[in-house]
Amino acid sequence: MLNLVYFKEYSIKKNVHSYRQGDLFIAHDVNSGSLHVLDEGAYDVIKAIEKLQEILETVNTEGICQVLRQTGKTVIAEELSEILDELEELRKEGTLFSAEAENVLPMYPEKPIVKAICLHVAHDCNLRCEYCFAGTGAFGGSRMMMDVETGKKGIDFVLESSGHRDHCEVDFFGGEPLLNFGLIKSLVEYGRKAGKDHGKTIKFTLTTNGVLLNDRIQQFLEQEEISVVLSLDGRPEVHDRMRPYADGRGSYAKVTPLIKQFAAKRPESSPYALGTYYYVRGTYTHFNLDFDRDVLHMADLGIKQISVEPVVASPKDAYSFQEGDLEKIHEAYDRLGEELLLRRAQDRDFNFFHFNIALDQGPCMIKRLSGCGAGHEYVAISPEGDLYPCHQFVGQEAYKLGSLYDENPHQLKDEVVKSFRSAHVYSKPLCRECWARFACSGGCHAANVSFTQSLTDVYTLGCELQKKRLEVAFYLKVKEIQQDLM
Amino acid sequence: MAKHIQTIVKANLSSTAKTGGCGKCQTSCQSACKTSCTVGNQVCVK
Repeated sequence: MLNLVYFKEYSIKKNVHSYRQGDLFIAHDVNSGSLHVLDEGAYDVIKAIEKLQEILETVNTEGICQVLRQTGKTVIAEELSEILDELEELRKEGTLFSAEAENVLPMYPEKPIVKAICLHVAHDCNLRCEYCFAGTGAFGGSRMMMDVETGKKGIDFVLESSGHRDHCEVDFFGGEPLLNFGLIKSLVEYGRKAGKDHGKTIKFTLTTNGVLLNDRIQQFLEQEEISVVLSLDGRPEVHDRMRPYADGRGSYAKVTPLIKQFAAKRPESSPYALGTYYYVRGTYTHFNLDFDRDVLHMADLGIKQISVEPVVASPKDAYSFQEGDLEKIHEAYDRLGEELLLRRAQDRDFNFFHFNIALDQGPCMIKRLSGCGAGHEYVAISPEGDLYPCHQFVGQEAYKLGSLYDENPHQLKDEVVKSFRSAHVYSKPLCRECWARFACSGGCHAANVSFTQSLTDVYTLGCELQKKRLEVAFYLKVKEIQQDLM
Repeated sequence: MAKHIQTIVKANLSSTAKTGGCGKCQTSCQSACKTSCTVGNQVCVK
């Protein structure tokens, strides 16, 4: 019989997320990370206890029965007793209603260990995407290319700042980085050698719109084992509306065959972005709330690794999400989940990045609490050599961490480093009480600042989207495991 | 076997607050997104 006294201090709302998705009732235990499938009776009992916690100080069997009856449920004493027994067993086991994780905060050395950089090799672009946070490539500044001296200093910076970490990451970013392909070639060669000299390995990635992805460049990326994130929004009309050339022509017809060709070279690409991989990445906006059709369009092109994300935009932008959009977005995620299941059964599987959920093999609690590492483990470097917490903060003077041309470039601006280090899950009032806190890690710093002007107040629409994605991700995980057990 | 509840994944995330933090995992935002924090979509590479 479930120890109901336990619930005097223990909040179900915060620590167990139970919900219905498709034909399943699912319970996610937040602190242990465990996942259970419930029958309707067990689901109703958990919800009844949760409800009682909202209205009364004590939870008892009589109260549970009362709530169940008020919601039109028939209470069968024997069945209720069985459910309470099973719940107690799981509680004792620590996989349901598990104790709240201790507030262990991430510990950092005084000097930041920067292991990853985003090199803005080109602040210019051959496209004029409507929603570009880079201001169509220039990040609010002038259009310019990074020179080789600055690029090499950037590589030296990450090798020297990464302390005992033997793996560093360098992402070539822009604008459109392939506008400065010569520099990329030089820096890969330089980075391989400099890495060796430091006893380290550099993992290179490239984020590109695909316009310049010709055979020569594809061959180079293959030969150098560079992971690539390629931008494609989906259906031709959706892509072309948001991703035109400067003269207004759409770019779909140009980039799609090249992206398909490149994706086909990497059939074994890891969904978890391990090793040398590719992802085709799109953005959805108010204009394509049925973005599941865009994901499926890409899958129908033969693309297996797909990430399509919500736009982060100012409310004044016509493409920003509006009141009433949330329900449609939720429906799109639901449809996408069901379609994925269907295609999985037909051996036409593809991967949707935001439905990745490793659970027992996922990141540790420390990583989940600390988030993306922007501003102390990860920095972005502008073409001029200025250092910022991440690519989305580039050009924002208040967040500038320093410059590669400073006397000591490793001396990052202390107050900025501290503000990012301390923007962990427990520092965010809404996150502390949220069931999704260890899966979402407090959200994107740049999105939070953009909407709330604070690193510790969150972008709440983003929270709702994240929670929905998690619900579908758990559902797909359950289905996958159930299928394996059959 | 339980009649009303089927455990799909047994995990012990809380315990990794003491054992984790090696920092070897890839920077989440670099991997596939660039506009959202995707720590929960990663795996531990330890």
